[in-house]
Order: sequence, then structure tokens, then C-alpha cells
Amino acid sequence: MKITKAFERGEFVVTAEVGPPKGCHIENVVEEAKTYLSGITAVNVTDNQSSVMRLGSLATCKVLKDAGLNPIFQLTCRDRNRIALQSDLLSAAMLGIENLLLLTGDHTKMGDHPQAKPVFDLDSVSLIHTVKKLEEGEDLGGNKLVGEPPQFAKGAVVSPCSDSVDAQLAKMERKVAAGCDYFQTQAVFEPEKFIKFMEKAKQFGKPVQVGIIIPKSAGMAKFMNNNVAGVHVPDEMIEELKADKEKTKAGITGVEIAARIIKACRPYCQGVHIMALGWESKVPELLKQAGI
Amino acid sequence: MLITELKPRETIVSLVDGKKAFIINCQGCKEVHFPEKEATELQKELTADGNVTGILTTDYICNPENMKLRLEKHKSEIEAADVVLVFSCGVGVQTVAEYLEDKKVCAACDTYPMPGFQGVTPLEYKCDQCGECYLNLTGGICPITACSKSLVNGQCGGSKNGKCEVDSDMECGWERIYRRLAQLGRLDALKCPTQIRNYATDDEVSK
Repeated sequence: MKITKAFERGEFVVTAEVGPPKGCHIENVVEEAKTYLSGITAVNVTDNQSSVMRLGSLATCKVLKDAGLNPIFQLTCRDRNRIALQSDLLSAAMLGIENLLLLTGDHTKMGDHPQAKPVFDLDSVSLIHTVKKLEEGEDLGGNKLVGEPPQFAKGAVVSPCSDSVDAQLAKMERKVAAGCDYFQTQAVFEPEKFIKFMEKAKQFGKPVQVGIIIPKSAGMAKFMNNNVAGVHVPDEMIEELKADKEKTKAGITGVEIAARIIKACRPYCQGVHIMALGWESKVPELLKQAGI
Repeated sequence: MLITELKPRETIVSLVDGKKAFIINCQGCKEVHFPEKEATELQKELTADGNVTGILTTDYICNPENMKLRLEKHKSEIEAADVVLVFSCGVGVQTVAEYLEDKKVCAACDTYPMPGFQGVTPLEYKCDQCGECYLNLTGGICPITACSKSLVNGQCGGSKNGKCEVDSDMECGWERIYRRLAQLGRLDALKCPTQIRNYATDDEVSK
């Protein structure tokens, strides 16, 4: 099912992300997704996240779909030129994958193959434009597709707590102009910044899902503050994570914090996207505490 | 060696757009082939239309000290112009754009590489000789060389504290572009159609 249908129905749309493993065995990923994520609208499958080489996103999407989940195919411009990107998009349509999240992608230097050639033949905006063209029955070279063209729900990302939020909004506008249907955001730990961002972003008239990471420890929070663009965990949250180490280790503190952020942001957006980073098992409890 | 070729006539005319232009020609650099005849013809046309406040033909505008001295003598003509049209390689345009930070500085040429020895550009401003100069859309800061990913449609999500995710000593190129366009009151340039790189520009030279 296209995720856009759920937005149209006015639902508060919940998605969560799974990362394919570094290896060719996927049973655990499928079991976890079936156990903890089957009740939500859709499941994102990351594409060599953080430029770390893993099992493919498209193949994982197909396996999850066969297991009864509704996958979102994440596709980055880092590893494929426009020919490979379009080919994978057609493959996705053939496999019945209906949802896309279209990204530029992290630089190759960020990952475990820093020697690799970064492609970036297209970027997030021109990739959205390319999908739109395919949907109209033509490829980027202007050649006609054979048969009924593919149709997707086209998603993209935006970073609402970035320190250059105006440049982010300008890019968001370009994504909307290129044909983007919905947005998922970078992780939010500062709801007040997100709310300010949404005041400006609502003019584009596209649904936005607030991005949520369940903080696992004070160390993880500090690491994100130093290394992850557009993410800032405030000091008082770090103190909260430090206060009771056992409680934090068990995930109780992280879930409480994440649930609080979702509640604060919910009136201003159309859904939530959870990046559990291995803590998929906490998602049901998080949604319960957030009142979803 | 590099080759500079005039952008299409209609592109250059639309850059001037009936307003006042000051023109800078950079000639005399051994490493760059300059389209002298075509540039002169086009500039005659623009002058006949009464749109040109002055023309400066010089060399090595990529050297800021040299360029500042030359531009000083044309101060009033530059002030009277709405746009400064630079006929040079991409390095020259960026040096002028940096110096005239409150002026709309536009590239009238595209820059292509020639195999073999490449000109030694003396400065940090880089031109990738991509053959489809983007400087007119980006306030005179090159997105191909100022952005690690050479993005042409805006900032990625990887900038932290204004620095690039790849190199914490490098300022985010798109943040610089955004600031410059805001300063020039030209943020509308970001609403241009989706840009798609053309890696077949080598073919254009021979046409």
C-alpha cells in the first residue's frame, strides 16, 4: 500500500526503519520486523546506511513484503549513476514495492569503504524528478517506457534541527517542486525547534513525519552531538540518561524521552518515523507510551 | 590548458535582461583559449543597446591583487551597473564575485578542460572545468568544487556547525551559497528548475 493513502485518510502515520545485515542471512531481521513492526503503516529499509556496505535494500524490501509488511525502499545517489538508479526503480515497481524514500546519501568517506568512488551523478532533488518522469512513462534520457508506467509514493528527508535550517527549507521547497509526496525528518530531540520548523514547512502542504531515535545512553547522545549532522541532544536529556544507568540500559529512560518528544511534536505533524537502530523490540512500548 | 566558450547568446542576453551591465574580459592567459572574436561581437551588440556602463579587458583577474587594482579605475562604472558580466574561466568569475560581494556577478562563459598540462591557477578558488558553469545560479560560488558531493540542487543533510560532513575544516559550500544569495537578495535563484549534470559536455566543444 502506498503510504500516501494513509496520509490522505488523515491517519497519524507510523513508520520505522530496519537496517539490512552485513551478510546474506536475513531471517532475524524478518522475524524482528514481523514481531515488533507489523502493526505500523510501513517499514523503511536503509540503503547501505552511513556508507557501510550491507545486504541490499531492494532485496530486503521484497522479502519483507512477502512476509506481510509494507516496505519503503530507501534509495541513495551515492553508489549508482542515473542508469542504475532508474533500473532499480523499475525493478522495485516490478516487485510490487510502492513506497520510496529518495536521498542523496552520506559521502563514501563516512563509511567502511572510504576508498570507494562517490557517484552522486544525481542528487535527492534530481532523483525525485527522475521518478516523476518514469511515472509519466519516460526515462531521464527521454526514451519511452514499455507498458504501463510505475507509480510510487515518493518520500524525501529534511533536517529540521539543522543549524542551517533556512538552507534546508530551501532544499525542501525544491524537493516539493520536483514532485515529492511526503517527508521524514532527521532525528528530533528539540521539539521547540521542530515546531518552529513546521511553522515554515507547512506552507508546502506535504505531510511530514517527525524523526525519532530512542537514545540508548548518555555516551550515544554525546556521540551524536559531536558527529551526527542536524542532531542535538540537550544537556538535560543527557543528565536524565546519566541519572539511573540500569534504567537507561534497560531502555526505559530512552523510551520515556522518545515518547515525550513524539507527544510534543504530534499536534504539528502528520506522523512519526522511528529509527530504532537495533532497538526494534522497544517500538511497541514506545508507541504505547506516546499514546498512538 | 582550458577552453572558455561563450554561453548561448540568449543566456547572456537574459543575464543582462535589459539592465545595466559592466563587462570584464580576461585575456592574455597562456593557459586559456578565449573566444575573443565572439565576445567582441556580442559586447558590441550589448553596447549598441545602451546597456553597457563600461568594458574592462585585462588579464589574470584570478589574481585578486591585480584584479582589485584594475577594477579600482572603473569604480563608478561598476557602481552604475546592475550586473557584472565576466568573460573568463570559472576561477576568474569566482575571484570577482568574492571581491564584489554586493554585486550580481555572472559568468558569460563555460569552461572546458583540454587534455594535457593544466594551467596553474594561483588560488584556492577552484574551477572543475565542467563545461556547464553554475555560477550564475549560485551567487558566484562554485557548487561543483565548494561541495564535497558537487551537489547542484542545494544543501544535503550533512552539514554540522556550518562544516562539511566529509572534512570538518571545510565550510559547507551550500551554506556559503545560501548566505551569499541572501546577501544579494537573490534567494529566488534557488527556485530554478531541477538541475541535472551533463557529463557529455566534451561533445559540446566540438559542435
